[in-house]
Amino acid sequence: MPLPTEFADLTPYTDWILPTEPERYNKRLNSSMDQMQTFYDAAINRLEDAITYCDQYPINDLPDPARELMHLMQSLIMVSFPVEVWKQPRVPDSGAAYLNITTEPVI
Amino acid sequence: MAHFAKPSAGSWTQQYPELGTSPVDYNDSIDPAFYEKERAAIFKRTWLNVGRIEQLPRTGSYFTKELPSAGTSLVIVKGGDGAVRAFHNVCRHRGNKLVWNDYPAEETAGSCRQFICKYHAWRYDLTGKLTFVQQEEEFFDLDKADYGLKDVACDSWEGFIFINLDPQETLTEYLGEMAKSLAGYPFGKMTEVYRYKAEVGANWKLFIDAFAEFYHAPVLHQKQAVKDEADKLLTYGYEALHYDLSTSPHSMISSWGGMSPPKDPSMVKPIERILRSGLFGPWDKPAIDGLDAASLPPGLNPARHRAWGSDSFEFFPNFTLLIWEPGWYLTYHYWPTAVDKHIFEGTLYFVPPTNARERLAQELAAVTFKEYALQDANTLEATQTMIATRTVTKFPLNDQEILLRHLHKVVGDRVQEYSDATAH
Repeated sequence: MPLPTEFADLTPYTDWILPTEPERYNKRLNSSMDQMQTFYDAAINRLEDAITYCDQYPINDLPDPARELMHLMQSLIMVSFPVEVWKQPRVPDSGAAYLNITTEPVI
Repeated sequence: MAHFAKPSAGSWTQQYPELGTSPVDYNDSIDPAFYEKERAAIFKRTWLNVGRIEQLPRTGSYFTKELPSAGTSLVIVKGGDGAVRAFHNVCRHRGNKLVWNDYPAEETAGSCRQFICKYHAWRYDLTGKLTFVQQEEEFFDLDKADYGLKDVACDSWEGFIFINLDPQETLTEYLGEMAKSLAGYPFGKMTEVYRYKAEVGANWKLFIDAFAEFYHAPVLHQKQAVKDEADKLLTYGYEALHYDLSTSPHSMISSWGGMSPPKDPSMVKPIERILRSGLFGPWDKPAIDGLDAASLPPGLNPARHRAWGSDSFEFFPNFTLLIWEPGWYLTYHYWPTAVDKHIFEGTLYFVPPTNARERLAQELAAVTFKEYALQDANTLEATQTMIATRTVTKFPLNDQEILLRHLHKVVGDRVQEYSDATAH
């Protein structure tokens, strides 16, 4: 499914279009910092535009391209901690600890 | 240097002389015999919060709750009369677990017209009555009226469902003044839910200890703030606006909330500036009634401080309710499974977003919660292993750790009282 045409510049990052938190978290843990930095740099500049675009529609009835764009921006949020703070995919000092999401709203 | 006023007793702790000020013995977190006493004295006879009414939207909606600390599994269900009931999750025929999917030890939820045991198809209605016995004529003088599901006391407060295996008082009496002072908060409008769960290799009280003080925050979580802000927070340290233990066994801590929104946007990370959200939640209040300062219930922001940010209410023994000024709340539950292990649940509740901007602001708050909680969880395992060495047995707690001192004292007192009462 394609992103809205206005966001064709984000096409290289469509593998980050992931609807659920476990998928996004897993992709984060399995990505290099270079991969996340490149995605972050491209996506954060389009975050405001993406919100404006999606807000043309009711949040509970987004057309597919807008929904995909939201899933992509949820992944941007997911990589923001590694990129802006940790400089590594995992939370430092989190060792073997895990925290699984068992209930989440899926767009 | 103190930034916020302390009570006239000189400190929060000395305001409650029964707490004392000496170092605290943490044997209660490593001794298997003490854990067994806790189960009997506390978890088997105290009101425990097991969920919210929104988890049971219609007749026949149910969920199960594993309570190893109380030695049982429960099924909680909404009946045709709208009442919520709790039953031991055990078939009266030969003791099979009644409600489970695939893995007997895992919790489940769903909707049904009746409960049917997987083993021999005995059936129970939503009020627990036994309604069908397979080959009933093969049994000897079996009266179905004698074999309903074993029920458990169940009641709710402001939409929070509580159970109690052996009530010593009503739920309202038990929750007391602290709960009364929060009545009317719009919990029921906050139905956008993110629930996280983990097994943590530490005694259940150690995680409450971690979340009941914010003295650790500028240190353990310093990397999460931008550099200048982290340095400033570390210099300031942490001071609460207010503590209240007058509602013991329950207690509360009221905190400053200067990050939501921050005075200076450069204090926070780029994505927080764009989405106007962070650890303290979305900076902008949702458009519902009941969240402005004038309509908040009296129990919130007890110091009436302008910089109020959040209040954390510790409902004894294992339920934390954390209400944030910008109009959302968090709950924590700590379910012991062994002296050195527990299941931790953290759940975030928001007003359902009305647009993409609000939705992503909530997403950032939820993601940020997980980043912090992972640091907390792993630190606890490191604490548990070292306390268990008994190299050091007594630990000095400061005035900002008063809720920890209180928790360990209440647990100790309850275990002692119960042991004394059952000794004869």
